[in-house]
Amino acid sequence: MSEDRKFRWVGTRPIRHDGIDKVTGRAQFGADLSLPGMIWGKLLRSPHAHARIVSIDTSAAEAIDGVLAVVTATDLPDDDPKVADLARNILAREKVLYHGHAIAAVAATSAALAERALDAITVEYEVLKPVLSLEAALASGAPILDEARRPKDMEDTGPTNIAARCEFSRGEPESAFAQADVVLERSYETQMVHQGYIEPHACVVQTKEDGLIEIWCCTQGGFAVRSLTASVLGIDTSRVKVTPSEIGGGFGGKTTVYLEPVAALLSRKSGRPVKMVMTREEVFRASGPAGGAKIDLKVGATRDGRIVAGTARMWMEAGGFPGSPVQAGAMCIFSPYDFDHLFIEGFDVVLNKPKVAAYRAPGAPQVTFAIESLMDELANELEIDPIDLRLANAAKEGTQLPYGPRFKAVGMIETLEAARAHPHYAAPLGKNQGRGMAVGFWFNNGMNSSADVHLTEDGTAVVVTGNPDIGGSRASMAIMCAEELGIDVEKVRPVVADTETAGYTDVTGGSRVTFATGWAVIEASRKIASELCIRAAKIWDCDVEQVGFSEGHCLPVEGSGLDHAPLSVADIAKQMARTGGPINGQAQLNARGAGPAFATHLCDVEVDPETGKVDVVRYTAIQDVGRAIHPSYVEGQIQGGAAQGIGWALNEEYVFDEAGRLENPGFLDYRMPVASDLPMIDAVIVEVPNPTHPYGVRGVGETPIVPPLAAVANAVMAATGVRMQSLPISPPRLLERLLGAGDV
Amino acid sequence: MQAGFEQPRTIEEATALLQKHGDAARPFAGGTDLLVQMRGGMRSPDILVDLKRIPELGQLEIGSDEIVIGAACSTASLRENAELVRLLPGLLEAAELIGSEQIQGRSSIGGNLCNASPAADSVPALVANSAVCSVAGPDGRRDVPAAEFSTGPGSTVLGSGELLVSLRVPRPAPDAGDAYLRFIPRSEMDIAVVGVGVALTLDADGTCTAARVALGAVGPTVIDATTAATALLGGPIDTAALERVSEAAREAARPIDDKRGTAAYRKHVAGVLTRRTVEIAARRAAEGN
Repeated sequence: MSEDRKFRWVGTRPIRHDGIDKVTGRAQFGADLSLPGMIWGKLLRSPHAHARIVSIDTSAAEAIDGVLAVVTATDLPDDDPKVADLARNILAREKVLYHGHAIAAVAATSAALAERALDAITVEYEVLKPVLSLEAALASGAPILDEARRPKDMEDTGPTNIAARCEFSRGEPESAFAQADVVLERSYETQMVHQGYIEPHACVVQTKEDGLIEIWCCTQGGFAVRSLTASVLGIDTSRVKVTPSEIGGGFGGKTTVYLEPVAALLSRKSGRPVKMVMTREEVFRASGPAGGAKIDLKVGATRDGRIVAGTARMWMEAGGFPGSPVQAGAMCIFSPYDFDHLFIEGFDVVLNKPKVAAYRAPGAPQVTFAIESLMDELANELEIDPIDLRLANAAKEGTQLPYGPRFKAVGMIETLEAARAHPHYAAPLGKNQGRGMAVGFWFNNGMNSSADVHLTEDGTAVVVTGNPDIGGSRASMAIMCAEELGIDVEKVRPVVADTETAGYTDVTGGSRVTFATGWAVIEASRKIASELCIRAAKIWDCDVEQVGFSEGHCLPVEGSGLDHAPLSVADIAKQMARTGGPINGQAQLNARGAGPAFATHLCDVEVDPETGKVDVVRYTAIQDVGRAIHPSYVEGQIQGGAAQGIGWALNEEYVFDEAGRLENPGFLDYRMPVASDLPMIDAVIVEVPNPTHPYGVRGVGETPIVPPLAAVANAVMAATGVRMQSLPISPPRLLERLLGAGDV
Repeated sequence: MQAGFEQPRTIEEATALLQKHGDAARPFAGGTDLLVQMRGGMRSPDILVDLKRIPELGQLEIGSDEIVIGAACSTASLRENAELVRLLPGLLEAAELIGSEQIQGRSSIGGNLCNASPAADSVPALVANSAVCSVAGPDGRRDVPAAEFSTGPGSTVLGSGELLVSLRVPRPAPDAGDAYLRFIPRSEMDIAVVGVGVALTLDADGTCTAARVALGAVGPTVIDATTAATALLGGPIDTAALERVSEAAREAARPIDDKRGTAAYRKHVAGVLTRRTVEIAARRAAEGN
């Protein structure tokens, strides 16, 4: 950040521009759009977790009056290896790989008729033994999901359920352990969990006579839907137009496609617009959750609390197709700490569960549960305050990351110090209560963004970007535009546009929108400011160098000798036509230097020793956000991430029966926390500006889900003396440990 | 999900409709279970018979001997009756646990009973309070104790054309107290892992002269735990009595392993929760003395 400027709008909390439509119910979400002549699509899903498809007979369904199209995988091309897995996840080919795997689709004149027509499709399966755990997937003689697949980046020893391997190493960890006074070696486990977004996946797709496909859907990225749909269908990207609706949560789970290519096929066959809306059950069974993980961890430290070496081996569930975020997990596990000798190895493992998708800091919560649990144990073992232990090893500017680069300015130490200074850290605890803390790291992403700013003839501005607004980004974009143009934030209209209106923009994800798309908005707004100076020079008949721009006004620069009253943005906008025409600013960038974000969380729990129930009674989440553009939405991200992490720690898990059927595909039995389960989460903003961003912004949204798993487990340990190395810490699991195995 | 809809105005019309359509018809009060089951594909009735227009199903009478609660009275309307809340705090606590604020505008304890979930919250409280079900059918009326109403998960004693009209609860004596507790891993919006209803009477010396303990979610139907009740009788509710009732409840529980909890866990918690519920009911009874 080049300037230490005083902001007018950045850091304020204006009412979000999309707020009134959202609280009045006017906002249009994925399932809200209907088109004339529209029909309904439904998917037939596999009743088996693992089976070979012997035959599919759709003729009886096609013969039903009112059924206008039936499709299967044979309607999709199968020649692009880059999207082969995606296509086979959308419509199964040769094998079904999880219970609920889509196998055929029907479009009919009503949703009920489409549903009934599914029953008329006959599928013959050769049922295979399902692979339902990492252990089962890796066992010798395990059923293999894909006999033809060979793992990436490791020796080929024949068919395996390991899809890929990654490794990061530095120094000589094994010999360095000899220098340690204490070496802890532990194993940790987490289960498959779902993002739990409120809005189910939904789309309306119209394939027109000229072959162009129009898609309206809820997504984290219209451009991603466009390119993935085009690739799966084997057509040019420009043949698809995507208009994103408002979005009721995504958390990474809406960065891919499930329904859109199927609806496009059904629309192409029927000639009608086709609407598809998942049920909640379908969302749980067949969208992309986050995989469970197993982490073997070894860390050695000296008596005074310096880490000398660490090794980690981790296995992550990918679901039916490769693609777990194990590499991201491997990148994150040791990144908060500065030590010389390390070895990290990760394995991507396929098994008969739904294909995973991104979930908020993908891979980081699982591995951070491991390292932060171990750090807590190390602090106890060494009798060092857990914050002091982390400070003694904290990554800072210049520290080299396990995967190569060195940190620029980061806020690990600042969040730890803020935690220690917070009244929470010294507050007394009641009976059966305990306090835990943990840190978290996420590297954040930049990627590609575009922004268009259009000056209106009355001096207001329209900001057009392509990122669906998932966490208050419209308000943030408007603030940044208002800041640059010196106009009121209410005078800015932020718009989320379709893929033929906005310039190319990557998904709303990776904590990148306020950072990268915001940066593009700043650049585009600055172009407008420059153009305003050119217009003022025309009006004043002087050189542009003699005109400056400050606080929403063009004014003669000092020493220019000119004597003109300042011209406001509105003054110049009024004269656009006479001074050269419309004034628009456009910017695009591949944003580098997304500043990593660190957080420190404090958690107090109270444990019922007779039932094993854990209540979170106080929670403080401290995070370095670089610069908070709209603090309310920064706090909202921090609180939301903490809430999801607490759920992951305590009660959330996919429960499968022996045949691989998910037993809890609904919010009743998939136990996310409800509002009354949580205390008010105190979000504390720390600002260590990101040196590469014009305002110092870092991504915010993902880091807050990283520390809670361990913070909760460490608090349970402090309250009970029982260290839970396997999540979730549900009442039956904790009570079993509290009473000693065998008693319950 | 499509079905016909009938709104009978009398019990006779309702029983005639139910008899005529047989299994194709389903009685409908608030629909808070039925509509979810229909959407989930678990039930697909052709006809819904709305019972809310029948006056007797909406009655609420607090008599000197008996309290009569119409089967279709909404939970919210029960909560708003201060005298009912004072007389049967445990039953009302149970009813208040069913669903959210919005759901309680439509849900009813009659519906909770007829849905016949082993985990139904109001049923242990009804059983503990010795509620009797008034059932109407083509052949007239009959009474069924609440403890015998459900015959298994999703099934009841209701025969062809029969419907539940009301629940009749003996008016508790001033020295009686009731309570209901359930265990869930969350704070609300969940289904009981274990539920315990207790009603008991204490004489002036604190001796327990009457008791009933009912356990939910630890068997195919709510368990009327008579051995647990007996463990309380004839003495004070002291530590030894609490230990006895807790152990007896554990013995009486016959849970299964499922996604909501293991059998061993449920047995253990049945004991813990019974002790805690008895303590609350005893405190209430003592306050009445």
